[in-house]
Amino acid sequence: MSSSTRERAGRLPWMLVVPAVAGLVFLVLPLAGLLIRAPWSTLGPRLAEPHVLEALRLSVVCASVATLICLVLGVPLAWLLARVSFPGRRLVRALVTVPLVLPPVVGGVALLLVLGRRGIVGQWLESAFGITLPFTTAGVVIAEAFVAMPFLVISVEGALRGADQRFEEAAATLGASRWVVFRRVTLPMIMPGVVAGAVLCWARALGEFGATITFAGNFPGTTRTMPLAVYLALETEPEAAIVLSLVLLAVSVIILASLRDRWVNSP
Amino acid sequence: MFRRLFPWVIALAVLSGCGSGGPAATTASASPAGGAKELTVFAAASLTGTFTELGKTFEAAHPGTTVKFNFGSSATLAQQIVQGAPADVFAAASPATMKTVTDGALATAPATFVRNKLQIGVPADNPAKVDDLKDLADPKVKVALCAEQVPCGAAAVKALAAAGLKVTPVTLEQDVKATLTKVELGEVDAALVYKTDVIASAGKVTGIPFPEADKAINDYPIATLTKAPAGDLAKQFVDLVLSQQGKDVLTKAGFEAP
Repeated sequence: MSSSTRERAGRLPWMLVVPAVAGLVFLVLPLAGLLIRAPWSTLGPRLAEPHVLEALRLSVVCASVATLICLVLGVPLAWLLARVSFPGRRLVRALVTVPLVLPPVVGGVALLLVLGRRGIVGQWLESAFGITLPFTTAGVVIAEAFVAMPFLVISVEGALRGADQRFEEAAATLGASRWVVFRRVTLPMIMPGVVAGAVLCWARALGEFGATITFAGNFPGTTRTMPLAVYLALETEPEAAIVLSLVLLAVSVIILASLRDRWVNSP
Repeated sequence: MFRRLFPWVIALAVLSGCGSGGPAATTASASPAGGAKELTVFAAASLTGTFTELGKTFEAAHPGTTVKFNFGSSATLAQQIVQGAPADVFAAASPATMKTVTDGALATAPATFVRNKLQIGVPADNPAKVDDLKDLADPKVKVALCAEQVPCGAAAVKALAAAGLKVTPVTLEQDVKATLTKVELGEVDAALVYKTDVIASAGKVTGIPFPEADKAINDYPIATLTKAPAGDLAKQFVDLVLSQQGKDVLTKAGFEAP
């Protein structure tokens, strides 16, 4: 973006620059609005309120556990999609991405119908183990993992496809089993993709609203995460909602910054 | 260096977009000067059935007019009106939520048109064998309540306080219809909902009246908004709701006359 590159490339085409600037304003203005309208003078005490800390703690814990589940299940799934050819692979890949485009509320309804007390799997869970998932913190984790896992799978699969398979082949010809190849060669190679996918997955889980409120309900301490607290606060106390939104915004910015430091500045 | 960050910036922007939820106030009214007229009514979730019916009656009596409804928790609707949502009529489930709107001088002289009472709603097969209010205090019984911020939740708090009961719900729902849905799906054993909602989902939900409900009766106020884009039509709709015809529809659904 230095002046010398601009001279070389000729004049900037206004057909691109004008919409680009408009797009930037469109994206940044609402965030600026949040900052402008924030009740800065009472910010400190509002943030220290127990229900805010409670919602924040719950959000962070649930998003982290959900990300862990996504890593355990999602990385092997991505490997399967990228490295093993089996009939119906394209269909499986399409199915994996469905939660990505599905409105989260629909995801919540689907989870309720399967894992709810009268759901296909849920009624069996209850009668056999006495486990009910709706309205529990575990329910929040499940809703978040359901919505966020495709993000991880897609980015890990992308990393796998981009990785040079010759290293894996070399390891295999030297006698390594597929598991050893995956653990010792593939995984270290795709680690940046896995970490980036996990961060994205965590961010998505942190912001999850629709599936959570539908499947897990809304109760302080057990299922009321930050986005739910924002929605409820908006009913009566818009200022409190702004404060909570600021916290989520700050967390998003911190994630972006951490991504940049780790994966962009390093060669 | 920017190139590697860029896709993630885009992805996060998309994410934060689909992460936020909730109904947005996007119902717009056509200008009253045009040929086809539109009336936008913001009404409490508990009025869904009755107001839809009255809307059809109104459209039949005023050819060329369409009545659009935005049903939701009265607290949400009140906030949307305060934020400038173009509405003509506001019918709330509590005077407190109406006050949010009249305080901003956005509506004047609300009239109480009906009253509503709470009942215990249980799934048709009543799995937890709930038969009065004190059963809800049993920790084994899963109870859904409305959040205290919305009228049905405020009424529930009042009724439970009148009974001297401490109930720990498993969820605090955003409006009365959401609470009712949890009962219909059998995800909870009981909920405190309006009598009218129980009647509206007859067959799926059984209602159990309880005496303390008399201490937590909700008055429903209705008002035309001062900036009503549809002008006189708004007043005519309110008149219909307050008329004998309107009363008949509302009492048939289980509402009580004020």
